[in-house]
Amino acid sequence: MKKIFERTESLRDVTTHYCSGCGHGVAHRLICEVIDELGIKEKTIGVAPVGCAVLAYDYWDFDVTEAAHGRCPAVATGIKRVNPENIVFTYQGDGDLAAIGTGEIIHTANRGENITVIFVNNSVYGMTNGQMAPTTLIGQKTSTTPYGRDVLTSGYPLRVSELLAILPGSGYIERVSLHSPQHILKAKSAIKKAFQYQIDNKGFSLVEVLSTCPVFWGLSPRDALKRVENEMIKEYPLGVLKDRSS
Amino acid sequence: MTEKILMCGNEALAESAILSGCRFYAGYPITPQNELCEYLAKRMPEVGGTFIQAESELAAINMVFGASVAGARTMTSSSSPGISLKQEGISYLAGCELPAVIVNIMRGGPGLGNIAPSQSDYFQSVKGGGHGDYHSIVLAPASVQEMADITRLAFELADNYRTPVMILGDGLLGQMMEPLILGKEIRYVPDDKPWVLTGCKGRPPNIIRSLLLEEGALEELNRRLQDRYKVIYSKEVRFEGFHLEDSDLILIAYGTTSRICKSAMREARAGGIKVGMIRPITLWPFPSDIIVKVSESASAFLAVEMSTGQMVEDVRLAVEGRRPVEFYGRTGGSIPSKEEILDKIESICKITV
Repeated sequence: MKKIFERTESLRDVTTHYCSGCGHGVAHRLICEVIDELGIKEKTIGVAPVGCAVLAYDYWDFDVTEAAHGRCPAVATGIKRVNPENIVFTYQGDGDLAAIGTGEIIHTANRGENITVIFVNNSVYGMTNGQMAPTTLIGQKTSTTPYGRDVLTSGYPLRVSELLAILPGSGYIERVSLHSPQHILKAKSAIKKAFQYQIDNKGFSLVEVLSTCPVFWGLSPRDALKRVENEMIKEYPLGVLKDRSS
Repeated sequence: MTEKILMCGNEALAESAILSGCRFYAGYPITPQNELCEYLAKRMPEVGGTFIQAESELAAINMVFGASVAGARTMTSSSSPGISLKQEGISYLAGCELPAVIVNIMRGGPGLGNIAPSQSDYFQSVKGGGHGDYHSIVLAPASVQEMADITRLAFELADNYRTPVMILGDGLLGQMMEPLILGKEIRYVPDDKPWVLTGCKGRPPNIIRSLLLEEGALEELNRRLQDRYKVIYSKEVRFEGFHLEDSDLILIAYGTTSRICKSAMREARAGGIKVGMIRPITLWPFPSDIIVKVSESASAFLAVEMSTGQMVEDVRLAVEGRRPVEFYGRTGGSIPSKEEILDKIESICKITV
């Protein structure tokens, strides 16, 4: 029988701790597929965040380091400057990148560090049981916005990718989504382009991935996908926000 | 670099880092350590190394974390308020068993304090500083020459024990100029670090982590760290002793204060008072054994610090109540004078000796 689908080499053959309907597993797989297709597994170094993906090193079969909450881009900067021949990427959630790590992501992008960032935005803090993220939508109920996010007290959803796109140091920034098979394929090609950007020494690349958190959205996995399509994309429009090389 | 030259302490330390094979530095400006940062901004590109002026102390220590993950000899520097910000990163370095050198050119605190010399970060430096059960090796230079020498030692210890090492200087040591001999450059090749992340070519993937969720795993890490600390304690204690055999009163001081104490000791002895001195060079591991030994013959101890009394607690722990342990300190940028120390020596000797 002809094998038409298999686990990609860089993804370990283990069960993840992710909840049903969570997007992290898909995002992990896309990254691993891209790494294997580009043949860079043996020179890739991942930087794992603090958040739901904190255990990413248990799922990826290449060199990975942890980083303190929000500091992945600084850690990646250190690694890449020491060994520029390595392919270095960070994997960060919206709390890690858009809240506690805002300083690091802005300055790393602005220095034009030749690294790749995969930014997973699911508009909530999953690891700590569903608190508000900077990317939480207006009106969204979380455990720290029990009446819904109110802009008067909690401010607005933060569009970090748009913010980073205006910096002269950033190279390639695209926002993608995981809410349908079509969009997953698009997400994969964006991730591949981002890694290729680094391989070609073109500088800072970032892919924002709109993802789901059914548990802390209080939705079924299927309804969570609908929420991405119907609500999240309105706040966070998909597409290429910047491509300096085009 | 074998001739005698004149340099300020901050620059001597920076050049010594280069000679020790440090090729990655990240830092954030703060007085009184700016010469160190500026020197490396000029020097790193000359030797093919990396200098980054980071956006914050947090970013700087985490860049150093990354450079260490990649196998480089790496250093950051700051002064007291900035070192407070680095504590999270130092805890992660300790938890991930990563070598790195952190320089603290201490200034007065608490808060923003002032930019004058101080020794009030002793507690923070030797007791851990960040969260969790860990120690950094803490080295205390007392001259510009020693700023350079101790930097070489710091990189060696960091690599040997896979641990953060702190060089604890102060504003005076950083700013003052003295003649020194820098010594020869060592060729540093990071080939004996099998844990380094370089890409998993020809080996299973390496993981750097301090998150250990499985039952017993974190306790196992802590046990390993504590075992290592015991080895460090048994092998790496360094101090300088003066007149320890025949003294009634033993001064204990490190860094800048030790130099003033030395003058006071000499003058006291010239006046017929039997005063000796212990100058800890390693503040962690602290030279407790020699203090215990000396307490058998000496009648009293006097700790002198530019603080309200921090190291004195470790002296008391070593002495365990066998002898009185007195303290004299100045803070806020005031440096104890020889005369003040002599007065204190005389007042102690009237009562105790």
